[in-house]
Amino acid sequence: MKIMPCPLNGPRNISEFTFGGEVTPLPDVKTATDNEWAENTFYSYNGTGVAREWWYHVPSGYWFVAERHRVTDEILRTYDPSELPADALNSQQEAFQ
Amino acid sequence: MNVAESVSPSVTGRLPAPMGLLLDRSQTVQFTFEGQTIQGVQGDTIGSALLANRQWLWSRSFKYHRARGPLTLSGHDGNSLVQLADEANVLADRTVADNGLEVSGQNVNGTLAKDKDAFLNHFGRFMPVGFYYRSFYKPKGIWDWWEKHIRTKAGLGVVDLKGQPEYYDKAYLFHDIVVVGAGPAGLNAALTAADAGVSVLLIEDNPVLGGSLTYADFVDHKEPEALRQQLVSRVDAHDNIRVMTNAICNAWFTDNWLPVLQGKRMFKVRAKECIMATGSYEQHVVFRNNDLPGVMMSSAAMRLMKHYAVKPGQQAVVLTGNDDGYLAAIQLQKQGVTVQAVVDMRPAPEAQAVLFDVEELGIPVLFDSTVYEATGGGADDRITAVEVRRIEAPGQVADKGQTITCDLLCMSAGYMPAYQLLCQAGGQLSYDDQQAEFTLSKLPEHLRIAGSVNSLHSLTAVAADGQRAALEALQALGYETDKSSLSVSCSRRVNYDWPIFPHPKGKDFVDFDEDLQSKDIVNATRLGYRDVQLVKRFSTVGMGPSQGRHSALPTARLVAKATDRTVTETGVTTARPPLVAEKLSYLAGRMFDPYRETAMHHRHKALGAKMIPAGTWQRPAYYPSNIGLTVDQSVEQPSRQNRDDCIEAEARHVRSRVGVIDVSTLGGIELRGPDAAELMNRIYTFGFLKQPVGKTRYAVLTNEQGVVVDDGVACRFRDDHIYVTATTTGVSTVYQLMTYWNTQWRLNVDITNVTAAFAAVNLAGPDSRKVLETLTDLDLSSEGFPYLACREGKIKVPGKFSDTTEIPARLLRVGFVGELGYEIHVPSRYGEALWDALMSAGAAFDIKPFGVETQRLLRLEKGHIIVSQDTDGMSHPGELGVTWAINRKKPYFNGCRAVDIVMKRPQTRKLVGFTLPAELVKAGKKPEEGHIVLSDDSSTSAITGHITSCEYSPTVGAIIGMAYVSIQQAETGGAFPVRVEGGQLVNATVVDLPFYDPEQARQEM
Repeated sequence: MKIMPCPLNGPRNISEFTFGGEVTPLPDVKTATDNEWAENTFYSYNGTGVAREWWYHVPSGYWFVAERHRVTDEILRTYDPSELPADALNSQQEAFQ
Repeated sequence: MNVAESVSPSVTGRLPAPMGLLLDRSQTVQFTFEGQTIQGVQGDTIGSALLANRQWLWSRSFKYHRARGPLTLSGHDGNSLVQLADEANVLADRTVADNGLEVSGQNVNGTLAKDKDAFLNHFGRFMPVGFYYRSFYKPKGIWDWWEKHIRTKAGLGVVDLKGQPEYYDKAYLFHDIVVVGAGPAGLNAALTAADAGVSVLLIEDNPVLGGSLTYADFVDHKEPEALRQQLVSRVDAHDNIRVMTNAICNAWFTDNWLPVLQGKRMFKVRAKECIMATGSYEQHVVFRNNDLPGVMMSSAAMRLMKHYAVKPGQQAVVLTGNDDGYLAAIQLQKQGVTVQAVVDMRPAPEAQAVLFDVEELGIPVLFDSTVYEATGGGADDRITAVEVRRIEAPGQVADKGQTITCDLLCMSAGYMPAYQLLCQAGGQLSYDDQQAEFTLSKLPEHLRIAGSVNSLHSLTAVAADGQRAALEALQALGYETDKSSLSVSCSRRVNYDWPIFPHPKGKDFVDFDEDLQSKDIVNATRLGYRDVQLVKRFSTVGMGPSQGRHSALPTARLVAKATDRTVTETGVTTARPPLVAEKLSYLAGRMFDPYRETAMHHRHKALGAKMIPAGTWQRPAYYPSNIGLTVDQSVEQPSRQNRDDCIEAEARHVRSRVGVIDVSTLGGIELRGPDAAELMNRIYTFGFLKQPVGKTRYAVLTNEQGVVVDDGVACRFRDDHIYVTATTTGVSTVYQLMTYWNTQWRLNVDITNVTAAFAAVNLAGPDSRKVLETLTDLDLSSEGFPYLACREGKIKVPGKFSDTTEIPARLLRVGFVGELGYEIHVPSRYGEALWDALMSAGAAFDIKPFGVETQRLLRLEKGHIIVSQDTDGMSHPGELGVTWAINRKKPYFNGCRAVDIVMKRPQTRKLVGFTLPAELVKAGKKPEEGHIVLSDDSSTSAITGHITSCEYSPTVGAIIGMAYVSIQQAETGGAFPVRVEGGQLVNATVVDLPFYDPEQARQEM
């Protein structure tokens, strides 16, 4: 079983974690077409390279970010979401106006 | 009778010590083989005791029913599979001989000695490679006839269907460094690591430590046993080393997660660093009749002598491609076996010293020669002679040779690293043409190999390599170590590059398990199966019990040659876990299956409630005591009729008097902070910004596909404090979703899952207000605490030190079961106190507990959906009729775009309420959840939906339920056919929801 180095809890079995999808920007909820929205919902990138992903430690209820190589499955780095650059977050400020 | 007289020569006739390392000669064991009594010595395996009794025929081969005996004597081959009374496919050479065992041969028609199917041996040319695939498929359907005959002939042991349950379990171990294999490399690795202060686990699949030191002789070390004892005593005395013997590391999983089987326990071992010192498998030579009893690996003969003190034969020939064969010849001669010749496939030995030693003993040595054919015909079909010919070119021999009489032929063609676990780890095998052997590379981080698995073959190098691997592992763990000793090399060449001598008459076996001859492998490539993986699937090579330990290398060489590729390009087939056969009991054994109990659990048990699982919780389904039933549920379960009667009684009681149900399993999430309402507004579909303090509001959650995934009630206790409930099974997901988004939105709100912090009940029924009035000072009047309001207050409960004490409580006036009712949430530690207070205050009003099955009926009567029972992965708000709970004026809620998109589409189905006459219950035609709804009652009807909930309602006096139906069928007053048990159709009538009290008068009073 793979080990996930959790920024909060240290190395733990991967079975304690849930995958939360890639850290990707959402389309603008107000201006995106239905097709754009559907693509964002149902399609994900299926190529190689390093992925920036959301992971959730279930017992402690903690979200964090992992950078993982899609080919080797190596987890290169994990960190607290506060270290994410602001433009990587879906603050969706425009959506709530 | 004198004890000495009863002891057979198989006990007394053993070789003298130090032969017999594993034996305790002071005790004998006795068992039967094929009905004959076999006597052995304590420490014998079934196999060694059989050989001590000159029983060389152990089993019959899979396809041709040829006589088979010991090959490796280490549990690595399929020849040694025998049948026990209660277990099939037992390895005779690994299983300790116990008193009273009943052992017999396998794959036999009749008796082992007189197998009626042995004639198949002579029909080999009619059973070519891929025989089954190519012979039984025409004409169409003929396979059905053949299959039962073939299945009778094939198949190995017999399963004991009367098997008794046995106890197996699991344990977990964590170590800094785990060393797999306690040979010279493993022992040195463990000691080096342990000396540095780390915790070491040493796993060895044999009963004693030492690996090759226990049975082999070495060119570069004369006293292997003394060395072994010295290393083992240091290991045994070391506080940092935990030793597991008779333990098999059966797989390698990511990040050094190792399943280790020992006895009836599976250890799940996590290693920071893993060192595999798993050794190598000695390889056989391919020649005609190389499978006869009496033909074995040199290492097997060495094991037989050194482990079990059994003399392997009277006259031996050693066929070798390396110097290890010479060492075996010397040991055989020393133990009284006449070695007739050493037949060396090479032109000369590597070390002149071994040749000198052999010649000193008067043993003739034949160079550039091989055994071309073995002759059977001895007792147990044992060999009587071998024909030796000169090698003229790789795989080709002279026309004539000489015959040498012998009853034992030892083979040393080289070694194959124990590659399986390492290939599972992603390691790659590449073939070194110079050394004629496979080597391992590209191992993942934190996994190292040491010793002969690392292609090192002198004892000095193997031992040094163990140390090297340990030092590297220590460095990886952050220890400062001496970096100078990190290079180990060895020039010994132990593999002969082409030990394959095909015979025109065949029976030159590559794979003993599957009876595959060299021509079978070559023919598979000629039929177009060029890839070694396809060769495997077509010919079944490597699929037998030995899993390619001996067939992988010759197959790779043969396929490479036949397809004009290199051996590296050809490779070997994938080795998947498990390494050795793993009993299902290891996997099935005791499971860790925890469940949660509410704070009132013991009250329910005391009342004799029928408990059922609800998510991870245990909840009362109903209380048989409510109808005067006392069912000892450890002996007998309530009947279906008991259940129905109970639910009816409980439901009537709630509707007419007052009932109480434990709803502690409901999820609870606490939102505190200035942005609490803003978060609610962004997550749930309703509007929450203007929700007044002291009011509740229904909360529906949709996911990013616009599907309803949860619902609950939001209680606003203060502007900056909202308590929202969620379904029992959904709360974790809801909490996860809220925190996921707020990680990005960064609203000023704390989100806490307080499910386990609160115990809760729902007090429901016309008399519920009267019961509650006795327990609280809150104004419970319909004006002071109206429908859909929420309050914080105190509840009086029996005190520990005084008559009453007050506990803090949150009270919600929600519909729930459609009667006047109060949901009361208190801190978990007061759960039992709350229950006791309600039961005693309610006694005057005949309060009764009710269970979750009754609650479902009551809620169904009110037309409330249960998310995940009445909804599925496609249910959008339109289908469920909850569009009233969606606020599309607000800018955003989770899933809003998807809801818009799916709701724009023409709707294809709808969740509707239906009724059926009560008589159908007795007729056995009540629909059950999952029964299908049809478009019409013709034979060509289509499926249009299914039943999601259905119960008999005593209040309504009919069967009521909810079902998905097509839009055309959703009209109130219409009817739709349902296919019920036994395929019968019933016609359900669509009705408006709710079934009960549509004016909502009862819950709002």
